[in-house]
Amino acid sequence: MNALLLAFYILVFPGFLFLILYSFFLEYLDRKIAARMQHRVGPPFVQPFADFIKTLAKEVIDPKGVDRKALDAAPLIAMAAVMTAYLYVPIIGRSPLAFQGDLVVVLYLLTLPTIILFVVGWLSRNIFATMGGVRAVTQMFIYEVPFFLALITPAMMAGSWSISDIVTWQQQNMWFAVLQPIGFIIALIGLQAKLERTPFDIPEAETEIVAGPWTELTGRRLALMHLTIDMAMVTGCALVAAVFLGGPLTPWVITPGWLAVIVGFLLFLAKTLFILLILATIKVATGRIRIDQLNDIGWKYLASAALIQIGIVLMMNYLWVGA
Amino acid sequence: MPEVHIPIGPQHPALKEPVNFKVVVDGEKIVSLDLDISYNHRGIEKAAEKRDFIKVVPLLARVCGICSHSHTTTFVKGIEEAMKIEIPERAQYIRTIIAELERMHSHLLWLGVAAHEIGFNTLFMWTWRDRETIQDMLEEMTGNRVVYGINEVGGVRRDLTPSQIQAAFNHLLKLEDRFSKYGEMVKSDQNLQIRFRGVGKFTREEALKYGTVGPTARASGVDYDIRRDEPYLAYAEVPWKVITDTHGDVWGRTLVRLGEMHESLKIVRYCLENLPAGPISVPVPKTAPPSEILSRYEAPRGELVHFIRTNNTDKVERLDIRTPTMANWTSVAVSLVNQNIADIPVIVAAIDPCLSCTSRITVLNGRGGKAGVMTWDDLRKRGCGKNNKGRSVS
Repeated sequence: MNALLLAFYILVFPGFLFLILYSFFLEYLDRKIAARMQHRVGPPFVQPFADFIKTLAKEVIDPKGVDRKALDAAPLIAMAAVMTAYLYVPIIGRSPLAFQGDLVVVLYLLTLPTIILFVVGWLSRNIFATMGGVRAVTQMFIYEVPFFLALITPAMMAGSWSISDIVTWQQQNMWFAVLQPIGFIIALIGLQAKLERTPFDIPEAETEIVAGPWTELTGRRLALMHLTIDMAMVTGCALVAAVFLGGPLTPWVITPGWLAVIVGFLLFLAKTLFILLILATIKVATGRIRIDQLNDIGWKYLASAALIQIGIVLMMNYLWVGA
Repeated sequence: MPEVHIPIGPQHPALKEPVNFKVVVDGEKIVSLDLDISYNHRGIEKAAEKRDFIKVVPLLARVCGICSHSHTTTFVKGIEEAMKIEIPERAQYIRTIIAELERMHSHLLWLGVAAHEIGFNTLFMWTWRDRETIQDMLEEMTGNRVVYGINEVGGVRRDLTPSQIQAAFNHLLKLEDRFSKYGEMVKSDQNLQIRFRGVGKFTREEALKYGTVGPTARASGVDYDIRRDEPYLAYAEVPWKVITDTHGDVWGRTLVRLGEMHESLKIVRYCLENLPAGPISVPVPKTAPPSEILSRYEAPRGELVHFIRTNNTDKVERLDIRTPTMANWTSVAVSLVNQNIADIPVIVAAIDPCLSCTSRITVLNGRGGKAGVMTWDDLRKRGCGKNNKGRSVS
């Protein structure tokens, strides 16, 4: 891939520009689906974009005694991390930046927004923000482990730590959602928890701690942090779609290159929208659980189930390789 | 983690009205809390002393938006007792119908709010949608959705026509279906169960000790309901039963309210079917003879008490309103200790607090520490300030 095309890939399509637009679209769809399920009208199409522009234009308020620069930088760091993670996820075919171990990099980078939220909460010098930050980090320690285990099992079976290789393996064999249904479910739950959506919106529980770490975020800080979480939703959906649903590749070879790109892109859209639909349904169908209850569920059931999945995969690997 | 002080209120997303909990937490557990009410004193009791019996009824309807019928009924019931008049059967039945419709929409509202407090917004949206049906019924019957304005001393102001009754029956069918559905939903939903069960528990003894009333008390096994124990309106003639539960927690309060919604629906249906013919009001004297009346009423939130003293004029000499939320605060404050901080909203919401009705002031003389009584003019001066001296308050 020549340099110009790579720059286009990274910056425009399916890179950053598309990522921003698609995250607005997913947020719109998420809110619209939830609204229709709750018998509401829901937002108009441009609402997420309008919200973004509006909050971007609002005054930035610094709480007393706050490290301004750190608070300014925090959303940008989170945003950069998520955008970088997105580049390694296959969108229209194998990612041109793929390398051995990019799965670990993506998982690591996707963890950063949560840590940043904790830092923001801590920096805000506000009791609600601090509590929200502490909760965010507590919750992270609960769901991250099963989430990582669930996403690592496909890598074990495919024999590669590259997401693009895992997609290629599924092209030749079968979707991991079929081979590892337990892992798929855990990955969906983990993604829901990572994005802090109901029932895992414990860190930003509106009725308990106002907005958690978000309480003191205003103006462009709020806009960028919000966009970051939307982008994390796109990246997370794309990641799960790639690792468990075969990503953008088809089992058949499509001859003209441009047609393969279009088909791959449409597959990507269909699969991410499907995952979003599941996430939105979970959001609508549940209420918030308490952090101690999440602790129970996370470590007792999710982590054990993920370990069982790993055991099954090891056995399957042994049998297949043995044969 | 050291102890942290969290101010919940007077402005907080969980609270729709101003109240302040100064909560001390250790990690996620509540160590102690201090309750501060009365951020919004409106001087209604005082204002009531300045209005005659006709004008005071609309004022009392505005004590609380949800219980607008409860307050007016309690008052006119007391005044009618003081005047020693009997109001016609038909008026009694119409008052009962409105009262029970009010209870149904209040409980539906509560179910939505309780779900919202634990982040379950779907149930919140659905119950509030169906609450519209009841408000439509109330609008058809009384002409108003919130402040019905149907009560007057001596009867009711509007009659029910056969077509209104027929429309009400149709609405009731739909409501019955929805109530059953919510019952099933709540009882089968794991998420509600883990958030409601064992939360904000107090025993029957504690409920009695702290003077808890209404569904909150009945959920702790206190078999007490003014509608049965001191029947008023048409309750003595209508077949219905008091719903109690022994869980004593938020879950129990949910079950009690769900049961009461069904009972209310039955009462409304019975009253509509057996609506006696006749006039809807009787002429009443302008003044009430000197007497002291304690008028009790089972509002959706619990026992509502109006103490009325009349003095042979067309105004009350003293009106003292004890709202159910006032009676329930202490038990909430007690049951919050040792609970999880995440459970504060739902435990507070479980008594269905109505804060605007609970605001009270006592004026203390700074040096002497003596409690006193404010005159209407003092109150006006305090409320309107120096600049608004000329503003008319009638």
